[in-house]
Amino acid sequence: MTTSLTRRAALLAAATCAATIGLTAIAEAQTSIKIGYAISRTGPNTGGAAVTTIPNYELWVKEVNAAGGIKLGDKRVPIEVVQYDDRSNAEEAVRALERLINQDKVDFILPPWGTGLNLAVGPTLNREGYPHLAATAVTDRAPELAKRWPNSFWLLGTSADAAKSLVELLNKLRDEKKIGDTVAMVSIADGFGIDLSGAARPALTNAKFKLAYDKTYPIGTQDLAPIVNEIKALNPDVFIAFSYPPDTLALTEQSRIAGLNPKVFYTGVGTAFPLYKQKFGKNTEGVMGIGGWSGDSPAIKDYLARHKASAANGAEPDRWASAVTYASLQMLQQAIERVGKVDRAAVIKDLQTGMFDTVIGKVKLENNMPTRYWWVGQWQDGEFYGIAPAGNEGARKAIVPKPAWVAP
Amino acid sequence: MTNAILTGLMLGGMYALIAMGLTLQYGVARIMNLSYGEFLIAAAFASHWLFTGWAVSPFVGLALVVPLAFALNFAIYKLLLTPLVRRAPNRDALEVDSILATFGLTFVIQGSMLALFGGAYYSYSFLAFPVQFLGETVAANRLTALGITILLGLALYAALTRTRAGTAVRAVAVDPFAAQLVAINVPQASALTFALGGALVAAAGVLVSTFLTFSASSGVVFTMKALIVVVMGGVGNMLGCLVAGLALGLSEALVASYVDPGLTLAVNFALFLAVLLVKPAGLFGRATR
Repeated sequence: MTTSLTRRAALLAAATCAATIGLTAIAEAQTSIKIGYAISRTGPNTGGAAVTTIPNYELWVKEVNAAGGIKLGDKRVPIEVVQYDDRSNAEEAVRALERLINQDKVDFILPPWGTGLNLAVGPTLNREGYPHLAATAVTDRAPELAKRWPNSFWLLGTSADAAKSLVELLNKLRDEKKIGDTVAMVSIADGFGIDLSGAARPALTNAKFKLAYDKTYPIGTQDLAPIVNEIKALNPDVFIAFSYPPDTLALTEQSRIAGLNPKVFYTGVGTAFPLYKQKFGKNTEGVMGIGGWSGDSPAIKDYLARHKASAANGAEPDRWASAVTYASLQMLQQAIERVGKVDRAAVIKDLQTGMFDTVIGKVKLENNMPTRYWWVGQWQDGEFYGIAPAGNEGARKAIVPKPAWVAP
Repeated sequence: MTNAILTGLMLGGMYALIAMGLTLQYGVARIMNLSYGEFLIAAAFASHWLFTGWAVSPFVGLALVVPLAFALNFAIYKLLLTPLVRRAPNRDALEVDSILATFGLTFVIQGSMLALFGGAYYSYSFLAFPVQFLGETVAANRLTALGITILLGLALYAALTRTRAGTAVRAVAVDPFAAQLVAINVPQASALTFALGGALVAAAGVLVSTFLTFSASSGVVFTMKALIVVVMGGVGNMLGCLVAGLALGLSEALVASYVDPGLTLAVNFALFLAVLLVKPAGLFGRATR
């Protein structure tokens, strides 16, 4: 009897102790905010992650910690980072996230790079109640996903919107008699290319454009000369390529060599990359592409300078999703600071309803998505300015026809 | 038509160039080098670094990178692969061991490149202007690459068929045991061939970097392509490598121009399958046993 009593007492004591420790831990804790992410350091996504996502995560953490950390109530706590390599692999990304949540017990999680991986980690982040600020995902299912996973925010919009904006711009240019109505369109046979060409095709035909060429090419195609040569023979007014970075560069190079110089020359992901400017220099003038930013806004100029100062080799950000990625981190920080503690549900609520002051301007989400995007940008004087939708603040007028290619 | 054929030849030449080194390494030294594409990318990075950092033309880059790659690959064979060669009871076992060892090497090289250059895409412009050739407009850098491929191919062919060392290498390829009987130093010949393969892939890397965008993780694409060309042409056969490369390039360009660019991959694999069905040892391979 006595033994059992003692045992019970011991158990009780132990439990009380544990509870007290737990309580003090909660009361005293939060000497730092643990932020975790799994990002593609290897594998096919590395190129995109290294340009758009990683430098922004690093810049943000560096800046926040230099300023003393994230403000919780009346004190600031520094960010502590836990990171893994998702090897560009969906299963690996989910595994890494589960480790971040269960093992490392991080307070917040930053999303991976790319549409595919963001879709892959969505269910996990939703189940565990972490805010999911998808800043590098373009999907037509964004509105539906935002409903299904109320913690998820789709900051880059839908491909249907992207195609619609482009066609609206073309329509306007045709009304102004700046272009005719023949369009040549190529697209990569992969997620992004399929989505965008699928949205652009009906939009173009509905707007009575003549699709003189409309073909896809497989991912990893090493020579795009046959495509460019055939399009050149058709002499279209508009060239549209829904391409990935390596093909964007190859298509531009080949067009210059073959002398394909239509009035509107539009290429896909990668047009907004610093590498594009670096490689083509003066030949970027007049090239349109997906994305863009308000190149004249002081906030963007300041962001560009800080990014250059912080990134390895003074790398510049890409002129589309980089600024959105950085803005998403500012939003997360502002939401946490307004809530004043690590309360993920409250942070999600604040993200859904709050107004945020970011490098891309004031952002207020509606149905977990921004109301304003840059869909078409154009290189003008060495800067990739947003030109459509024309109603956006800071939109520049398009230079059409595109100036002729010059010898490098 | 001329244009499509010319484009196809340039693309095919590139495939052949990429595969030449592998056919030596796999066909003669019996090392199935899975890190082959990583060596190609490493050479591309070296060329990029020399060109953008030091304004060294890729042609001069070739003269620097290729001997370096030869030495490096010789050292790799001697230090890393010789123990495997000694231990392996037969050629098949060596193939399996070399696959595992070079698979590991893939991560080492890729990791080093990621650490040095990061994961971003790299590209630079060299000879990126149009030239008139046979009445068609083509890119100077691709045409140059084709020219150098042909020169390298001819030189290699001459070296293998006209010199004593080349004859020894071919003897090792056919039968290493019999080669030993006629006083050929088989380990030495294998090491030299492996190093020569490494030098060729470095040359391919330098040339490819002048017109393709690459990143630290794009090596595997080139390993795959080289493997297809090598198997299709017949393992260890230079001429087969050239023919298979050109056939793939031509079929791709013709299909892209006249049928649909979306079908290039399908045609590539159809051609590959067809060759394997008709001639399982490859176009110029001899069936063993």
